[in-house]
Amino acid sequence: MFTYTEILGILLMFFGTVALAIPLGKYIAKVYGGEKTLLDAVFNPLEKLFFKLSGIDASKEMNWKQSMVALLVINAVWFIYAFVILIYQGSLPLNPDHNPSMTADLAFNTAISFVVNCNLQDYSGETGASYFTQIFVFTFLQFVSAATGMAALAVLFNALKERTTDKLGNFYNYFMKSLTRVLLPLSIVVAVIFLFNGMPMTFKAKDTVVAMQGDTSQVSRGPVAAMIPIKHLGTNGGGFFGANSAHPFENPNYLTNVVEMIAQLLISMAMIFALGYYLKRKKLAWVIFGVMTVGFLMLAIPNIMMEVKGNPAIAKMGINMSAGATEGKEIRFGAAASGYWSILTTVISTGSVNAMHDSTMPLSGMNEMLAMMVNAFYGGVGAGMLNFFIFIIIAVFISGLMVGRTPEFLGKKIEAREMKIAVLVSLLSPLLILGFTALASYFAAHDTNMGWWFGGKASTWLNNPGYHGFSEMLYQFTSSNANNGSGFEGLNDNNPFWNITAGVVMILGRFIPIIGPVAIAGLLAGKKYIPESAGTLKTDTLTFGLMTLAVILIITALLYFPALALGPLAEYFSM
Amino acid sequence: MGTERKAALFEKELVGEAIIQSFVKLNPKILFRNPVMFTVEIGTAIMLAVTIYSAINHDKSQGSFGYNLAVFLVLLFTVLFANFAEAIAEARGKAQADSLRKTRQDTKAKLVVEDRRGFEVKTTSTVSSQLKKGDIFLCVAGDIIPTDGEIIEGLATIDESAITGESAPVIRESGGDKSSVTGGTKVLSDRVKVLVTTQPGESFLDKMIALVESATRQKTPNEIALTILLAGFTLVFVIVCVTLQPFAVYAKTPITIAAFISLFVCLIPTTIGGLLSAIGIAGMNRALRANVITKSGKAVETAGDLDTLLLDKTGTITIGNRKATNFYEAPGVDKNTFIELCTLSSLADETPEGKSIVELAGYEKVKSLSIEGSVLIKFTAETRTSGVDLKDGRRIRKGALDAIARISENAGNPFPQETAAKVKEISSNGGTPLVVSLNEKVLGVIELQDIIKTGIKERFERLRKMGVKTVMVTGDNPLTAKYIAEAAGVDDFIAEAKPEDKMNYIRKEQASGKLVAMMGDGTNDAPALAQADVGVAMNSGTQAAKEAGNMVDLDNDPTKLIEIVEIGKQLLMTRGTLTTFSIANDVAKYFAIVPALFITSIPALQGLNIMKLHSPESAIMSAIIFNALIIPTLIPLALRGVAYKPIGASALLRRNLFIYGLGGVVVPFIGIKLLDLFISLLV
Repeated sequence: MFTYTEILGILLMFFGTVALAIPLGKYIAKVYGGEKTLLDAVFNPLEKLFFKLSGIDASKEMNWKQSMVALLVINAVWFIYAFVILIYQGSLPLNPDHNPSMTADLAFNTAISFVVNCNLQDYSGETGASYFTQIFVFTFLQFVSAATGMAALAVLFNALKERTTDKLGNFYNYFMKSLTRVLLPLSIVVAVIFLFNGMPMTFKAKDTVVAMQGDTSQVSRGPVAAMIPIKHLGTNGGGFFGANSAHPFENPNYLTNVVEMIAQLLISMAMIFALGYYLKRKKLAWVIFGVMTVGFLMLAIPNIMMEVKGNPAIAKMGINMSAGATEGKEIRFGAAASGYWSILTTVISTGSVNAMHDSTMPLSGMNEMLAMMVNAFYGGVGAGMLNFFIFIIIAVFISGLMVGRTPEFLGKKIEAREMKIAVLVSLLSPLLILGFTALASYFAAHDTNMGWWFGGKASTWLNNPGYHGFSEMLYQFTSSNANNGSGFEGLNDNNPFWNITAGVVMILGRFIPIIGPVAIAGLLAGKKYIPESAGTLKTDTLTFGLMTLAVILIITALLYFPALALGPLAEYFSM
Repeated sequence: MGTERKAALFEKELVGEAIIQSFVKLNPKILFRNPVMFTVEIGTAIMLAVTIYSAINHDKSQGSFGYNLAVFLVLLFTVLFANFAEAIAEARGKAQADSLRKTRQDTKAKLVVEDRRGFEVKTTSTVSSQLKKGDIFLCVAGDIIPTDGEIIEGLATIDESAITGESAPVIRESGGDKSSVTGGTKVLSDRVKVLVTTQPGESFLDKMIALVESATRQKTPNEIALTILLAGFTLVFVIVCVTLQPFAVYAKTPITIAAFISLFVCLIPTTIGGLLSAIGIAGMNRALRANVITKSGKAVETAGDLDTLLLDKTGTITIGNRKATNFYEAPGVDKNTFIELCTLSSLADETPEGKSIVELAGYEKVKSLSIEGSVLIKFTAETRTSGVDLKDGRRIRKGALDAIARISENAGNPFPQETAAKVKEISSNGGTPLVVSLNEKVLGVIELQDIIKTGIKERFERLRKMGVKTVMVTGDNPLTAKYIAEAAGVDDFIAEAKPEDKMNYIRKEQASGKLVAMMGDGTNDAPALAQADVGVAMNSGTQAAKEAGNMVDLDNDPTKLIEIVEIGKQLLMTRGTLTTFSIANDVAKYFAIVPALFITSIPALQGLNIMKLHSPESAIMSAIIFNALIIPTLIPLALRGVAYKPIGASALLRRNLFIYGLGGVVVPFIGIKLLDLFISLLV
């Protein structure tokens, strides 16, 4: 049966993260508030030089529209840059293993995937990417895509201050500060820990190893330790190797496993506290933290329990399940830590895995999907809070009406325009997830001949027929929409149909949920500030937290219940 | 508090009219305004086609004819119930408006014809509907006033019971703040000349009548925002239901059209969608029932959001005028003599203060006194004293401290220190000292006190709990104002107020983001009434005031704003709670319908049938019947409004979340299970 040390390990990881996130949040609030910090001496001159070269006046305040235009433009540039490198990587330097260039559809999918902080990988790192790509495309994008989400959230923070304005700070400044004051220093610290635990950092080609039986095997390596810190800190999740953090070079031991888990949750959690410090509404931050944590635990605890308990169908065969459900898991980490990671990586949009989600119990798989469907229990760096903001707006609206007062949040009235945006953003996820899954199911059900280009007959996409096959398709689009990037690996997704559809879902699932909340916040910023009175519904209370949680749970359940009934639920009940 | 004309929720004739309207409203052009119910109607139309198809073709793949027919009928009733909710609310409004309109039926009017120089030459007889703005008409005792207007000459007692339900006659006179008359009221005595102030068909009543008729009813901002949210929920469930088709095909589970449409109709928020416009209309009706005529639904809604309320002291917080409460004689003066002299000075004084002095002295004292042959000295702004010169040459004066002090000083008489101290004490207690002198010698002081209305403190307490700050506006000095403010429990006051002070206060509050309401009746209140977010004019007030405000209170009751605030809050709360209830209902409906859709081909999903419903068909029927029946069940709630309790926003949210959120989850489980038991007995 499960060992208490495993559970203790999980508790330590969680509370360790909280303990680090609070001071980090305070620090981030200082950074965005323009206060002096320790690293100014190092980075200020560097930033000045950069802004001078690029002709950006980082002191000029922008309105929300200008900020979003800036965001879209720099993202578009990165996409083109990444796409070009990927289709020519075979001929570029730093490719000792002579990995080939990517096909156009794979490059399209991969470039988007890294630009939007999703890191859905339809390729395998060992054979699909050169060292040049890993460093100058993937690692680079992992930094800037994380900073994009953080900067967008910084604009939202600014917009929620108690005043009326359309000047919401400078987007480039927030972006740069996110990189130099938060992501880069933290990545360096984490990288040093990894290096000391044996993570490779080399530009040499594959190594040849002679195994104990005398077989020779080729072992891939590379500049791994440079990428893995930001992969987690930036909630990217794109692994250096195909097996992601289940690979011994990406996650050598239990300590690195702990560090990786803390790293992926750290900034997302710190951003909640940053909101509290920045707006001087610490209680609100704690309420948000509480709601997110309860949501997280509601998913994580059952998963840990189910994975530790093991597979009842196998147990029935008389096989010992005392180590838990071990299929697709690394014994080094164990069932409990893998169950914890499976929810951690899906509630926040990391999508890195240390065990194969395809092999988790049916309801664990459902919880992983639910985590991504909500995508706001902590969520990706910046993006998670932005998603949560939409739920807050809907909760504020309904509860405002319920107490007989025009709904307001932080002293700003929520009216028809804000509701329109909030509704449109909330409509997007079900439209993308259910719409594209419906399309794929239609092809799969009719076994449509998609042609050679589209991966042959549609039924060959699925390694597992039936409910599990349906779950694989549903998972793929859920993961793409949530910009999570993890996969139910049973799906043969490296073909134009999946590359392109998932690519489209990723783009829409990234930018609309960023622009929507920022737009709402921008509109609110322009409104008159109404001071709190006794009739105002306070949003920093347990009651309101409960309301928000109820809104999240009910909306998510209503949207996805029929789909989940046909996938994981049907699988569970048939077991 | 106004006299409410109580009416049963469902009067017979109203129900009849509403039932007819429920069918009329099936017209897609009308129903299109309500996106939620419109989609249900589309679903109903599809089911009609399926029913006809299954009747002709005997094709069992879409279910039996009887089953399809049953689904069709239930859906049809869902739409009809929603239409009925709106129709009954409208009918009640119309009934109210009609009873008002009766008073506006053509009445004879005596039109005054003037010559070119403006001299009256004759009166001709005409009918009220012919009167135009600017016309002048004459009314004498017994006449019904033909239309809204302003008295320009004369004074009359008027019976306004036709519009206010209040039987006590009121006095209206030209000039001043009580010059306005309303069409339909009756002149009881005297004669007045009235200037018509509205065009035919544009009086307040006409506007109100138009407002309750849904055709001209504008949606309020919150209603628009909520409609967007509901449209969003509808669209989301379109996505859920449409995508379910390929999912089901993949899972090799054919789903009938009836099941699809049932699922869809159950999921979209039909409860709130069906009741939304009824709630809005009912809110306006409640305002009308409280004898408040609103110019727009928005004003009622805004009232629910008010932060600050400006109230005149006189007549609102205190009953009319000050009253004498004590006589304090100066040392060496006989108490009895002092009271006698005070009474003598006031016997002929017609001011309320004067009368109250006589009242305080008592009948016994008054009986023995006479002021025959004496000269009454009226109050003037110059002397700031009033009094009487008696036949025997004694000169009694009463007035403010400084005025009397000057008189006595000029005559070389010292001002008694004890009286000066008393004056100070009275002032600091919020009273008004009235110093009395005899032959330029100070005799003592009369204390006048404002009498705070009984129950007003509790009302302000209630407002404070609602989060509304009350501000008293008074002409008193700050000391007196402060005392009364504290005694009455208002949060703030404006002392020595000039008309522009009100305006400035409103502007200041609004600049800090607050919504402000005020009540007023005078022409000099008009700018402030217009500036306020909710301006309530007294029906007795001047035309300018009534034009400037966005509500008119027929009862002329200044505390009416409290009711208006509650009506506004109720309006929003009813929408919010029913939305929550409607969405929460979906949880149970899912557990009824989703297993029903799939268990035939995926028996394992029986595990989701936690209600243990009898069969897929009975499960679906139970869910849609529940969905339909909940609409008429909630009509009374929609019309009456959810009870508002000033217990603070968070407590209110907890309460409503518990009743309508948790209740919304639990109730349908019970309802659907019971319906299923019933259906399984029938089949």
